[in-house]
Amino acid sequence: MSEFTTDETPVVRMVNITKHFPGVLANDQVDLTLHKGEVLALLGENGAGKSTLMNMLVGLYQPDSGEIYVKGSLADIKSPQDSMALGVGMIHQEFMLVGNMSVAENIVLGMKDLPFVPPMIEIRKKITDLSKRYGLQVHPDKIIQDLSVGEQQRVEILKLLYRGADILILDEPTAVLTPGEARDLNEILKKMLAEGKSAIFITHKMDEVMEFSHSVQVLRRGKSVSVCPTKSIKRVQDLANMMVGRDILFSLERGPYSPGEVRVEAQDLTVLPIGGGKPVLDNVSLTIQGGEILGIAGVAGNGQQQLTEALTGLLKVNSGKIFLNGKNMTNKTPLQIIKNGVSHIPADRGRMGVVGDMSVGDNLAMKKYRTNELSVHSVIKRGWVRKFAERLIEAFTIKTPNQDTSVKFLSGGNIQKTILAREIDSCGGILIAVYPSRGLDVGATEAVRQNLIKQRDKGNAVLLVSEELEELLMVADKIAVIFEGRIMDILDAKEATTEKLGMLMAGVEKEGV
Amino acid sequence: MRIRFEKRDYRSKRIAILVPIISLLVSFLLGAIVLGFSHANPLQTYGAMIKGAFGSQMKLQYTLVKAIPLLLCGLSVGIAFRLKFWNIGAEGQYVGGVIGITWVMQFWTFLPEALLLPVGIIVGVLTGALLGGIPGVLKAQWSVDETLTTLMMNYIIIGYAEYLYINAWKAPLGNMGTVPYPKVAWLPKIWGRVHAGIFFALALVVILWFVLYKTRWGFELNMIGKNQRAAQCQGVSIKKNIILAMLLSGAIAGLAGVIDSAAVTHQLTKGVDAGYGFTGIIIAWMSGLNPFVSIIISIIMAALETGTDALQMKLGLPSAMGEVLQGLILIPLLAGNIFIEYRVLFIRSHKELSV
Repeated sequence: MSEFTTDETPVVRMVNITKHFPGVLANDQVDLTLHKGEVLALLGENGAGKSTLMNMLVGLYQPDSGEIYVKGSLADIKSPQDSMALGVGMIHQEFMLVGNMSVAENIVLGMKDLPFVPPMIEIRKKITDLSKRYGLQVHPDKIIQDLSVGEQQRVEILKLLYRGADILILDEPTAVLTPGEARDLNEILKKMLAEGKSAIFITHKMDEVMEFSHSVQVLRRGKSVSVCPTKSIKRVQDLANMMVGRDILFSLERGPYSPGEVRVEAQDLTVLPIGGGKPVLDNVSLTIQGGEILGIAGVAGNGQQQLTEALTGLLKVNSGKIFLNGKNMTNKTPLQIIKNGVSHIPADRGRMGVVGDMSVGDNLAMKKYRTNELSVHSVIKRGWVRKFAERLIEAFTIKTPNQDTSVKFLSGGNIQKTILAREIDSCGGILIAVYPSRGLDVGATEAVRQNLIKQRDKGNAVLLVSEELEELLMVADKIAVIFEGRIMDILDAKEATTEKLGMLMAGVEKEGV
Repeated sequence: MRIRFEKRDYRSKRIAILVPIISLLVSFLLGAIVLGFSHANPLQTYGAMIKGAFGSQMKLQYTLVKAIPLLLCGLSVGIAFRLKFWNIGAEGQYVGGVIGITWVMQFWTFLPEALLLPVGIIVGVLTGALLGGIPGVLKAQWSVDETLTTLMMNYIIIGYAEYLYINAWKAPLGNMGTVPYPKVAWLPKIWGRVHAGIFFALALVVILWFVLYKTRWGFELNMIGKNQRAAQCQGVSIKKNIILAMLLSGAIAGLAGVIDSAAVTHQLTKGVDAGYGFTGIIIAWMSGLNPFVSIIISIIMAALETGTDALQMKLGLPSAMGEVLQGLILIPLLAGNIFIEYRVLFIRSHKELSV
């Protein structure tokens, strides 16, 4: 990245910021400095306090103590409106757009000085000017829900620029983007910097820090542990260690690849959307053998969800056949499929994976409560459940005060470990894992991946849906790329590269191979 | 200074006990203000209410007799509520139960007398189950909103009952009401006015507690109620369980009607829709869907009714005042729940910070 000058007063200075939440010290005397034209990467595990710190800068939270200076003067920021007035704007992980309104309408929505009848012609012109200037191509008349995630993100950026923001905070902006879109975002950022804007970039991905930022600040458990120019970092490994505070493995142990009998076979699966239209799954065929991990690469929303739901019985297919462990399981109920040995780590762990208001123990028992292992004649044996849960909590190192704690009070990583423990313990040959490490910190991600590989080494068939190519390349034996409901190609993981997969994910057919 | 609610990250037992007690005190305070407007002495009024509900053996019996159908309706509604199925049709299912038993008592004269009551109970319960099952099937198969169907079905059933006791099944004498059930088929009294229905209700409390907290099915209902999508992912059939739970819910509301008519009214007549089904909603809600807690709540609710009857007689307050007081007692109790889930923060403004 280009240089920036440091002789001016910093545009943002946060001094000695402390913020408590009930039972948690989210930020402990954190300082942060951002200069004009600088991109600062804020790196840290989940729960390190990155988002909390930024939420205080935009007025969503108030610090318990500490001061915030914006452009040299002390700022009292009580709401996002206050911060916007100072030119500070934030793009959250979840976009705040109204799906059935146009780009232009979304951009001006909620602006206080807007006349009763908005001058749409002027607004549109201003938007077009801005998008040309920064390379943010979106048509102002398009409806939000017709846009791709990458385009929606551009609308969010435009929204801030339109309101005159010159300090942008981006919360894990690349989490939802294809590699191509991420590169575009980088270009956009560069143009904005050239215009004198500055940015803070929340992330937990090392490669992004290296690629996007001028300097990097690492937070760990609410404390700032390091601030340094990105250039001074020699090895990515050092950054990672700083972030977790210990050495972490970047390669995973795995046994030799020795696939056994076919366990999962999908033939020409087709799912049509309700109300008609383009199929969401279009003649998908794949097989997974025991002792094999098949990765599914693709940008979210290209049919991964429908594929895994069809395999687990949550969604009926319009045509095609599914064989699981050798039995025809096409359009059978989820229960029949579970009883046939299929375990499922669903995409949305809070909504599909656990019952948040039930205890850790009950959540662990949610597959086996119906078996003789935990109940007799449909009466659940509470004592057995306790022992069973105790064993799994220990085996999977689930951090919880006790097994009676409601699952919703656990951290994301421990919720995922709870699901993992339940599904692996009850696994009968097939494990379907959908975005299993999404949003998890390095430590938990490592545990998830290692467990998937353990299942493979035991001779089970594993389907791994992921949006992180590094994960797929590291964990999978074969990688299938899905685009608009079709399998573009299935590659051997050893031969696959980020570039090859990226092209396929973007819908570019393989060239002449 | 601003006030802000923040979700508690754990639920403390102390708060869970303290909140209802404080809510109750707030209720009495609010009630006292209203009573003050009507120039009634609040302490005297509350005293009269408590006396009216529990002051003598007979009064206690009255209260208990009212508490029996209330408890059953609370249990009925509670089962549906566990699934987040908003059954507000217990009133209709209750009336359906009465229609069922009355049908047997009136027309199944071929039965030996000893069988009239048991068969009547069964038919009444099945009627209730059927009436609960219809909205259950509609919801499970076509996702028809249950609040509307159960509410609407109340009107249909109550209207039909009215047609029966004014018209089709009217006794030859008088201008409304069916012929009373034969005396041999009455549910026996066990203590003054208190009848054997109390055993049904208490037995059901124990059975339901066991089913809901100890069995696989109870576990499944709990999962569905707390996270339907996750339950589905775990292989629990949502449709089957909604229909089953609604059949059971309707059956218990039907049983409430059956018992009250077999033991108290002995006929289908005006006033059969006494509102037990609606009060059952409040009981289910306030008891946190716990069958044992429902016993206490239904006695309190029954006492509120018998106690306010005494207000009219003793203090000459209008009968509407009773309902006003009931409402005032309920609102803080229900609203108090927010303090169990959330904590309140008082935020001072940062004015002193400005340079």
